[in-house]
Amino acid sequence: MAQVDNSTSRIDDYFDLDSQLSSDEIQVRDAVRKFVDAKVRPLAGQWWQEGVFPTELIPQLAELGVFGPTLPEKYGGAELTPVAYGLMMQELERGDSGLRSFASVQSGLAMYAIYRYGSEAQRLQYLPQMAQGKIIGCFGLTEPDAGSDPGSMRTVATSVPGGVRITGVKRWITNGNLAQIAIVWAKDDQGIIRGYIVPTDAPGFSARHIATKASMRMSVTSELYLDNVFVPQENQLVESKGLGSPLGCLTQARYGIAWGTIGAALDCVNVAASYAQTRIAFGKPIAATQLVQERLVDMLSLTVNMQLKALQLGRLYQSGGLRYPQVSLTKRDNARSALVVARMAREILGGNGISVDYSPIRHLANLETVDTYEGTYEIHTLIVGRDMLGESAF
Amino acid sequence: MKILVMVKQVPDTATRIRVAEGNASIVTDGIKWVINPYDEFAIEEALRIKERLGGEVVVVSAGPQRVEEAIRQTLAMGADRGVHIKTDEALDSHVVAQALAAVARAENFDLILTGKQAVDDDAAQVGPLVAVFLDVPQVTVVLKLEVDAEHQRLVAERELEGSIEVVELPYPAVITAQRGLNEPRYPTLPNIMKAKKKEVRVESLQALGIVPNVKVRTVSLSEPPERPAAKILTGDPVAAAHQLVELLHAEAKVI
Ligand SMILES: Cc1cc2nc3c(=O)[nH]c(=O)nc-3n(C[C@H](O)[C@H](O)[C@H](O)COP(=O)(O)OP(=O)(O)OC[C@H]3O[C@@H](n4cnc5c(N)ncnc54)[C@H](O)[C@@H]3O)c2cc1C
Repeated sequence: MAQVDNSTSRIDDYFDLDSQLSSDEIQVRDAVRKFVDAKVRPLAGQWWQEGVFPTELIPQLAELGVFGPTLPEKYGGAELTPVAYGLMMQELERGDSGLRSFASVQSGLAMYAIYRYGSEAQRLQYLPQMAQGKIIGCFGLTEPDAGSDPGSMRTVATSVPGGVRITGVKRWITNGNLAQIAIVWAKDDQGIIRGYIVPTDAPGFSARHIATKASMRMSVTSELYLDNVFVPQENQLVESKGLGSPLGCLTQARYGIAWGTIGAALDCVNVAASYAQTRIAFGKPIAATQLVQERLVDMLSLTVNMQLKALQLGRLYQSGGLRYPQVSLTKRDNARSALVVARMAREILGGNGISVDYSPIRHLANLETVDTYEGTYEIHTLIVGRDMLGESAF
Repeated sequence: MKILVMVKQVPDTATRIRVAEGNASIVTDGIKWVINPYDEFAIEEALRIKERLGGEVVVVSAGPQRVEEAIRQTLAMGADRGVHIKTDEALDSHVVAQALAAVARAENFDLILTGKQAVDDDAAQVGPLVAVFLDVPQVTVVLKLEVDAEHQRLVAERELEGSIEVVELPYPAVITAQRGLNEPRYPTLPNIMKAKKKEVRVESLQALGIVPNVKVRTVSLSEPPERPAAKILTGDPVAAAHQLVELLHAEAKVI
């Protein structure tokens, strides 16, 4: 690393946003960062290449407190502020988007679904154990033929005595093969979308690992098959009704992505900047060339924009004034900006940029997923367009 | 066991230090402040003793407003409460130790732990001075610590050049921690949030009855001379090796 004046902290906080954070928000960020630096970064490239999620980290992540941290204490949470939660996601994704995805799905999707739409008995039964990482959850909304348009899902929950029987296929389900429970969204007898807590060892339930990914390789993604799976009445998420319910969960996860992507971008800017300062070509560091400087400044600028937007989003969340199209705009722009930043970083690293010995190509490949899941760039454009213009163009 | 841990907030060791105008202080702008690493071993040891024997861990630190952050970090690691001796003055080790000793004296602690030195000024004086002011025994640079609560005695191991020394002493006592004493824990997110509710009492030198009669003053600070740029030998390995030997002999004069 080049001896530049405290360059990482300068790049990470170019606009002195630390001065806008509370002491516990900074501590949460630094605690997660320390963990990721020690336990994740050294091996992330290897795990990614091997296509494995480091399950041995699950108890340690639970101990650190990253699962459901915003929830009340009685459900195993720590009552983190939305900004602290965002900073936590940022630091997880600085390690790898797959690590952040794991936490996003566990916290923002599965735990939130139970917290928001479950009964008190369900909350007490599942949430503390999920916070401890003893129960891993996944979230099954997308289907092979219904992604951007989940309302067209085919999975059905047919009433039978004592509960329902669910039949259908879910695809692209993060943590599908690691989970003990799946939050499955299906249409009931009236065609209304409802959520169900399905134990993954229920008869008729199976998960198949999707091993062909060239992105998010450190994250487990699966296809779920539900063949007439019996789900008792007490496993129905009582408060869920209609497409708004899963979308409510997605708003949580999208909020996490708006922050997480900053971590990936910061890692790329830092790696590219220090590489450019030490890589010599034509007798001088490539950082001393105008073209490379322009690129690095563009990367920094995009990253600062991401940070400013996410911080304000967090403050809106905290004050109760958050509207979901604001989350959409931030998810859309931050995922896309991080992708652009990662691509520039990869370029600055030249040949080394295509090796997972350096993080940018890994972030770049991961961010292709981040740009797509939880609502594609286009879908978020349409959400904001509808909000802005009052015309639905879906 | 009622344990007091004395901590200092110092610039992160990865920070590049620059001398401020006036040549008597450093540029603090952009510095990341951390708990002195040796003090982290002291906190961890205190927490482990408390986990074994019960009791209370109190953390004290002297310095400006920013020091509260360091105290909160120790509370997030698990300390029970903090005392912040708030002062903006540039103090010497003597005055700091007087102030810390005053806090220690006000409550009866069984054990006082701190790092063997602070990594910013490397003075290594505060622990020993506090022991003197309190008139209790002290052991410095401790690698292993055992508490015999039944007999109110400590057994401490110290690393010496080429040997390990084991000492035994009664407590109350002051112990200064060496790297290797333990592996400090990470603060967890729930504990960070719980720390917010813990008490940090603010004290002033005046209230503690300390007259900041500073005897050792910093007259000047200067940066070490620039090291000459490294020479990188490239090309044919055999020729480079010959050249390296030649340089080590003629220029570096090490062989
Ligand atoms: C690694 C990974 C993990 C995932 N994890 C989960 C998970 O845990 N749970 C879950 O439920 N899902 C998950 N997903 C699924 C993800 O949310 C969907 O892939 C995403 O919503 C897009 O759906 P689709 O793949 O069916 O694409 P489609 O909906 O078929 O879209 C294809 C393209 O058409 C565009 N498009 C669609 N409609 C319009 C329109 N009206 N106007 C303009 N353009 C349009 C889209 O933007 C996109 O570019 C995951 C996906 C991946 C890749």
